Formats: sequence, C-alpha cells, structure tokens
Amino acid sequence: MDLYRLTIHELHEMLIKKEISSLELIKNVIDRIEETDPKIKAYVTVVKEQSLAKAQEADDLISRGENVGPLTGIPMALKDNMCTEGIPTTCSSQILKNFVPPYDATVTRRLSDEGAILLGKLNMDEFAMGSSTENSAFFHTRNPWNTDCVPGGSSGGVVAAVAADEAVFTLGSDTGGSIRQPASFCGVVGLKPTYGYVSRYGLIAFASSLDQIGPVTKDVTDCALVLNAIAGHDPKDSTSADVQVPDFTKYLTGDVEGMKIGIPKEYFAEGIQPEVKDAVMTAVQQFADLGAEVEEVSLPHTEYALPAYYIIAPAECSSNLARYDGVRYGHRTEESEDIVTMFKKTRYEGFGQEVKRRIMLGTYALSSGYYDAYYLKALKVRTLIKEDFDRAFEKYDVLISPASPSTAFKFGEKLNDPLAMYMSDTMTIPINLAGIPGISVPCGFAQGLPIGLQIMGKAFGEGNILKAAYAYEQVAGFYRQKPNLTGEE
Amino acid sequence: MAISVKDVEHVALLARLELSDEEKNMYTEQLNTILGYMEKLKELDTAGVPPTAHVLPIHNVLREDVERPSMDREKVLQNAPYREDGQFRVPKIV
Repeated sequence: MDLYRLTIHELHEMLIKKEISSLELIKNVIDRIEETDPKIKAYVTVVKEQSLAKAQEADDLISRGENVGPLTGIPMALKDNMCTEGIPTTCSSQILKNFVPPYDATVTRRLSDEGAILLGKLNMDEFAMGSSTENSAFFHTRNPWNTDCVPGGSSGGVVAAVAADEAVFTLGSDTGGSIRQPASFCGVVGLKPTYGYVSRYGLIAFASSLDQIGPVTKDVTDCALVLNAIAGHDPKDSTSADVQVPDFTKYLTGDVEGMKIGIPKEYFAEGIQPEVKDAVMTAVQQFADLGAEVEEVSLPHTEYALPAYYIIAPAECSSNLARYDGVRYGHRTEESEDIVTMFKKTRYEGFGQEVKRRIMLGTYALSSGYYDAYYLKALKVRTLIKEDFDRAFEKYDVLISPASPSTAFKFGEKLNDPLAMYMSDTMTIPINLAGIPGISVPCGFAQGLPIGLQIMGKAFGEGNILKAAYAYEQVAGFYRQKPNLTGEE
Repeated sequence: MAISVKDVEHVALLARLELSDEEKNMYTEQLNTILGYMEKLKELDTAGVPPTAHVLPIHNVLREDVERPSMDREKVLQNAPYREDGQFRVPKIV
C-alpha cells in the first residue's frame, strides 16, 4: 500500500486502529525517498537508522494503549537551518558543511515530544537567501511537477519533499516568502505564522525581525495539526510572543458565511502572469459563492515593500552572519598568518555569491553616512506598510492575493539577475514586514505547474486563515492532485 | 549615488570578506543596480513616521537570575576547527 501518499490525519487514524504500524509507515516513506529522491534531490541528509528506531518506540507506545497525539509515529523532515542535536545542520552552505549542533531547536524538540519521527534534513538556498534553491552550495532541488523547473525557495527541499510524498509533513522558514512562494510553486500548503508565534530558538538566523518557522503539509487539516504542536511561548526565544494558542482544528468548519474578505488591488497590478490572476479570481468567486463578503481594498504602500525589505533583510543578515569567523564552528581557511586575513579568507571560501552579495548590501546600508538614507528610511517605510494592513484588518477578516506573481520558472532563468529574482517575492514580502500570518494553498494549474492562493490574516489571526483555507480547499479540491513522477500512474 | 570599486573594497573590508577582482567588478555593478532601485523609497515623505525595527510590543524580556549549568565544555568545543587545551585556537592577535 502506498502509505507515503496519505496525510497526517489519515495515517493517525490507521495507526491508532492498529491497521498499520509506524515502522511499516517509516519503511514505506524511506523506500519512497530512495526511489524518488535521486531525481528530486530534496534531502541533504537522511537518518534512516535513527528513524526506524524511533518508529519502534512509537509502536510500543501505541501498542501499550497510551493516549497518543496526532503526530505520533508520523514521518517528517526539517529544513536544514533548524538545529538537530547530533545530526548535521548545514544551511546548505560550505561554511557549515560539517556543523553538528550540540542542541535541538525548540521546534525539533516539540515535534519529537509529540512523537513525530525525523527522516532527515532538507535542501535550501544557502542561509535561506534566494527564491529558487539554486543558491544551495550542494545541489539543485527539482520541482516534482516539472523537473526542468525550480521548486521555489528558499525552502525548496521542504516543499519538494511534501509534493513528491517523500515526507508526510515538513517545516520551513519564511523571511520574505520562503515558505509560501515555494509552496505555491510545488502545489502544497505552506503557512508562515505570525512573527513570534513559533520559537526561533535553534533556527539559524538570517534576518531576526522577519524570520519565522512554519508547516508545509499536504492539506489544511494537517497544517492546523502541525501548528498546534509548534506554536506557543518559549522562554529561550526573547522575541517569542506570550499568547494563548487555541486548538486550530476547531476552525476547520467549512463555513465562511459572512466572512469579510478584502482583495488588495495592488497585488493584481501589471507583471502578474494572466493564468495566475484568473485562478485567484476564480477562487475569490468561490468564496463569494460560499457566502463570504468580498470587496476590493487598497494597500497603497505595497510597491515600496520590496526595496524596504532588501535593505532591512540584508542589514540584519550582515550582522547575523558576522559570527561565521572560523573560530567556534564551521569552515576555517588553511592559511591564517593574522586574524583579519583569517576572517576574510574563511568567509571568502565559505560563503556563496548571493550570501556575499547580501552581506555587502547590508554592510553598505548600515555603514557610516548611509544609515539614515537607507536603513532608517526603510524602517519608516516598514511602519507605513504595517499601517496599511492595520487599516485593512479593521474591516476585513482576511485578505486574498496570489502567493507569487508567476508559476515556477526554469533553472538559470533568473540566476544572473538578482533584481529579477527578488521580484518573485513581491506578493509575500509585505506580510513579513508587517509580521502578520499568511498561507499558500493550491488554487489551480497553468501548463501543468501549480498556482498558489495566498490568504493573509491579522497578527495571531491564524484561526481565520485556516478557516478560509479549509473551506476553499474542500470546494476546490486541488490538493488531491499529485505530480506524475516517472514509474507512476 | 554611484558606487565605485573602491567603495566595494571598503565595504568588503568592513564585512571581513575577501573578494576576487572579478567579484569586485560584479558587485560594483550589481550594488549600483540594486541601490538604484532602492531610490524609489525617496518618493515617500516619511517625516514624523516612527521606524519599526520590530513588530511585537516586547521590551526587555527578563528572567529570574538563577544559577544553572551551562553547556558542557566538550560539547561547546566539538565543532571548533582548531582547539588546544580545552580552548579555541586562533592566530596571534596582538
């Protein structure tokens, strides 16, 4: 039986009814990885023996009749920027190629406490900087729907693994769209929670005021189940929000009657692929048919989000990545006659071009004489962008847009034009600047490539997002479609 | 505001990055293009707008000052590329 095709909630039912064992399930998914991953290349590391041992533990719990949660015995994988004690965590970078964390990230610990079973670590753009996963220092991950196309990024391995059924669910991180844009490109469900909702302890930092961890799943129900497990206050993260976490499955009612939905017109401006616009507008009509009240709204500062982001994120990255100096961990150059030369050579050898580009950009924006003109200006524009959303959410429960202006592009298409690459995140970046949550759910196809619908909510409004996403998913049904990988019918 | 190769060299030193000549030329060109695009922000009047460095209203998160064990020295050193006598080894600094 092809267990690897099923969702968390389907597998949980089968596990607790003892129709299957976790060991059987893990073996089935590992077989799938061994068969499919040479083509997709989602995984940087697979921990086969460890996952089989953990499956045995999960089966023991279930057979003793213990009251187990929905993630017990379920195989999952993590983006390779989340620390896993004793298992390499590389950020897909040469500089961390041999780094083995001495501790677990809080999300790693929480999933492990819930009984979820780690299969391995997933490829990404180096240090999560990129929109296509072509910036991985190791290899390219391929889009399961069309292997000539990128999976999106930076969480490319994270979404490709779920789309290709090489993991039941995964966790990604999202700084400017790195969960939602690739989820859209690969036709899976990807949520960026409210900033501070999920602990960043043990997430290797890119831009600390923007980074957030979130689930990538096969459907919205699974998304709610994983969010239940990972959201909540963590004393180890001083930016963690101290708020109550509801049971998100309670929002999966299918009822959006009377829900107020805003359609931000700036997200449908020129530059958007016509099929993407059509698919999203069809979805909007379906919401109206379900009884939601749909209206156009304006977020006037949208066009300033991208330039503001590409000052703020590189500025924070240049500061965060100063720690890679070849002293405490990571790569260190062989030749080191003095300390400054050692730092410079270590970083020259260890970082790839996009990472160096952003360190340069950020260092420049923060340097003496340019701080006010660039960094401070960008922070002020960030306030204006956040206020646009605050005003909109006084009136609307959720906002709807595409998750990306286009479907997946081909390898190499944007690699030598950084600005064109940055543009593929125009729909997702404003959400990170405002700190609010957003989800991408599949809403159609163009030339066989998936299109993603983005639903945004106010801070800590994940409940409304999941409510809308679930109602839509049940009516639209695109989540049931799978890519046709060779050897399958 | 055009960025010269000299500016790129200065920023690279601040960032402790060695760059090849080819990279210096490439980054000079690309930083000019990217920063040219950033000029768009100047269209907005932001006089009187407070900056947002952080979206959550959290300030000075404190905990009780209680003694507790730190990470084992061996674990702290396990990833060090060079070590000696239980310490990180670096080139001569002064």
